[in-house]
Amino acid sequence: MLPALLTMVGLAAAAGAAAALATRRSSDNQERLIDEIDALLPQTQCGRCTFSGCRPYATALANSEADINQCPPGGHATAIALAKLLGREPKPVDPRFGSVPVHPLVAWIDESACIGCLKCIQACPVDAIVGASRFMHTVIAEQCTGCELCIPPCPVDCIIMRPAPA
Amino acid sequence: MPFATAPAPHVVAPSSVGRVMRQVLYALVPTVALHVVFFGPGLLIQIVLGVVTALAAEAAALRLRGKPLPPFLLDGSAIITAVLLALCLPPLAPWWLVVSGVAFAILLAKHLFGGLGANPFNPAMVGYAVLLVSFPARLLQWLPPDVAGVEPAALSFVDTLTTILTGTPPARFTWDAITSPTPLDALRTDLALGMTMGEAHANALFSAFGGKGWEWINLATLAGGGWLLALRIIRWQIPVAMLTALFACAAIMSAADPGAYAGPLFHLTSGASMLGAFFIATDPVSAATSDRGKLIYGAGIGVLTYVIRTWGGYPDGVAFAVLIMNLCVPLIDRYTIPRIYGHAR
Amino acid sequence: MATGVRGGLRLDAHKERSTEQALRPASAVETLVMPLDQHAGAAAVPLVKPGERILRGQPIAEPGGAISAWLHSPASGTVAAIEPRPAPHRLGAPSLSIVVANDGRDERVAESARQPFEQLAPEQLREIIGRGGIVGLGGAVFPTAAKLSSARKGHDVRLLINGAECEPYISCDDILMRERAHDVVFGARALMHALAAQTCVIAIEDDTPQAASALGAAIADAHDARVQLRRVASIYPAGGERQLITAIFDVEVPSGGLPADVNTVCLNVGTAAAVAHWVRDGQPLTNRIVTITGDGVLEQRNLEVPLGTPLAALIYDCGGYTGRMSRLIMGGSMMGQSLPHDDMPVIKATNCVIAASALDLQPRAAEMPCIRCGNCAEVCPAMLLPQQLHWYALGRNLDELETHGLMDCIECGCCDYVCPSQIPLAERFRDMKPALLERLAARNSADAARVRFDARTARLERIENERLAALAKKRQELAKKSS
Repeated sequence: MLPALLTMVGLAAAAGAAAALATRRSSDNQERLIDEIDALLPQTQCGRCTFSGCRPYATALANSEADINQCPPGGHATAIALAKLLGREPKPVDPRFGSVPVHPLVAWIDESACIGCLKCIQACPVDAIVGASRFMHTVIAEQCTGCELCIPPCPVDCIIMRPAPA
Repeated sequence: MPFATAPAPHVVAPSSVGRVMRQVLYALVPTVALHVVFFGPGLLIQIVLGVVTALAAEAAALRLRGKPLPPFLLDGSAIITAVLLALCLPPLAPWWLVVSGVAFAILLAKHLFGGLGANPFNPAMVGYAVLLVSFPARLLQWLPPDVAGVEPAALSFVDTLTTILTGTPPARFTWDAITSPTPLDALRTDLALGMTMGEAHANALFSAFGGKGWEWINLATLAGGGWLLALRIIRWQIPVAMLTALFACAAIMSAADPGAYAGPLFHLTSGASMLGAFFIATDPVSAATSDRGKLIYGAGIGVLTYVIRTWGGYPDGVAFAVLIMNLCVPLIDRYTIPRIYGHAR
Repeated sequence: MATGVRGGLRLDAHKERSTEQALRPASAVETLVMPLDQHAGAAAVPLVKPGERILRGQPIAEPGGAISAWLHSPASGTVAAIEPRPAPHRLGAPSLSIVVANDGRDERVAESARQPFEQLAPEQLREIIGRGGIVGLGGAVFPTAAKLSSARKGHDVRLLINGAECEPYISCDDILMRERAHDVVFGARALMHALAAQTCVIAIEDDTPQAASALGAAIADAHDARVQLRRVASIYPAGGERQLITAIFDVEVPSGGLPADVNTVCLNVGTAAAVAHWVRDGQPLTNRIVTITGDGVLEQRNLEVPLGTPLAALIYDCGGYTGRMSRLIMGGSMMGQSLPHDDMPVIKATNCVIAASALDLQPRAAEMPCIRCGNCAEVCPAMLLPQQLHWYALGRNLDELETHGLMDCIECGCCDYVCPSQIPLAERFRDMKPALLERLAARNSADAARVRFDARTARLERIENERLAALAKKRQELAKKSS
């Protein structure tokens, strides 16, 4: 009886140790994990997750310093994909970080009101706004990620969000 | 002028699930015929009981799931499950054995998982496994094959029928007088008693290379399986892989110690080897998907069959081997996705 | 003979019925409708206005973008209107079309002087080909000049002329090769010149002996050793571009890539003949050969048809519908588009019209669940596992659909054909592709956004470092000065 019991317990312990070893990640693996997480994120670079970009959020997720439901632009699909990748409980996006957009939105500058101050250009994380000092500024719609970081700096409030062109 | 529209392709081959299943049933006819020749008409009664149960269970399940009875009821898949399970049971088994086994197979192993096309395990084998672990003694009460040299049971058809329906043999017989173990079972017992292979084979149940009667049944199954291969109803990968693996294991072990391990031809022609190779393991729903996956799946079944027969707790290992490999199919599928045109080699 | 396609099906060709009679021109019609978007790429832009008089062969619309094509009038007459009209390539909504009222006088534009193509530079020849409105006549209607321009030019480029008409019922290419083999060979040689290529293979199936001998004779007459004739086994879909390239050249076109990636340009025999008619004879693309077939039409044959001819007129030209007419199909029996009515024009993509009756159609029975029999995987020419694609399509599992190669499906319908459970597989896969494409597009734009973000971060860092370096330098200089 005792030898059988010890054998079973020993086998179970060995299997568990093997499983734990297999899922542990070395530093190389950590870098790869961050890449894998970053590949799932929408690259909006908006900062709504409270980190300064998508990659910092990916790093925090890899270090278990953030939860998977902090990315509104990614939507619930991204939250679930992150949960699947990291082996955590899937949950919908937490509304405290922002609302999930129903349609993709892009920024649009009302050119009749633009004063050419460069503030929105400096704010755009993906250089999607073209213009120069005292020249017209305009958003390249195909490259706008919808992060809305250009809206607060504008001194004349001439930027609005519109549905992305098909 | 307006016309009704339909999506392409506008021609499809006139095949159907029912046709595929019917071909499988035809291919089983030689097996059933020889089985009746050697072991009497019990199998036919079991088949009738099994098919009736299968259709009743199928109809009940379809009703409960809100699905239409035609075309599912007579698509042939339930009938095949019943026939395969009946072939695995002793010919004189009481009626409630085949009825409960088939009901379990259809209701739990098939419809609980989603019905036709959705069962992860082979339903007939699930039914058999449940019966085997629940009523092990009943399943070992076979008949001796009705060939010269062995005391025939000489049960008439009426006697067979009453035995099955009442669960007790006719008054003038006892169970011990009319039943006998299968060759695999006898071999196992004799080897456990310390006999060598040669001594065990001296038993009247054995003949030149297999068990008496069983070798012919297996050859008939091989013929039926070959016919299915020719019709391209099944592919060669699973039967060839399973039989090759079984042959190889038996050949290696019996070459190492001929006295303790049965030879490859014996293994190939005894028990459910051929039935398993061509009719059970090839159940497409629960088998692996790609060609390479099928080879791995078939080989696994062959090896496990040998292991269970030789070192496991049951005389024939095909049922459990198939069920264990069914468990492995998702993993096998994951790693054997064939290369797609235009993707890197 | 080339080994041909992996998988595939041997199908009844149903082509003898339409190739018994010689090609003849279709009867003239009063109104011709030319949809402006009947080629791949941007829609053409009209050059004419309603009421204007036009001649046959006159350009009536110019390319509307980098990938687009010219349209030429198929008849002389007047522009009746420019308005939306039903068209067979976009059944969801009418296409803006130029409607031509035929005056029956068949007056053509004055022909300009033409130089033999050998005297032109390849780029010039490509530009001239473009001006002929020439697009791929095998069905994809991709602008030929754009295809030639995007291919790598040079000695290792191979030209493949696709005469492997594999889909049942269609015989327009076969008739073309039988009766106008010299045009095909001339066009092939012109295209070789446009690509500066030294290798040209004309591929046909092995069940078209008349076409083979006609082409053989034409190649011999051309005295051009660079042009070869090769035969492939007549297994559907041997004429699929990827399958044919693999059969002839033993290379695989990369997934998501183009034949140009393996130094090959593949064009239909009809396209080659159209190039000949334009480059040699000065006739732009205004006609094409159309097979009218099926048990639902009285006379089954091939006609040379002016573009824009209503399909109803074609049927009338062939004796009208029989009482057994059931389904109107543009294309072949495996991939053809079923049309809701016949008030639609012949467009550059119209290779065949099947007036199908119950004898032609083999409709599906009721759908059953997949029993994983594997017949579909055995016949798939793209080497996919359709049973798995079906399983994941049911669950809308886009990850697994991508892993299992849904985007590599060529929608040939072979899997559909052999399925015992009668599952409409090709239709399911077609329906799932947009969702997958959307996801791939989102991933691509996310990747692009990441690249721009990283570049901006690097730029800002660099500017900051330069600023700090300049500050430090200034401090050093000030310190030196004061000491």
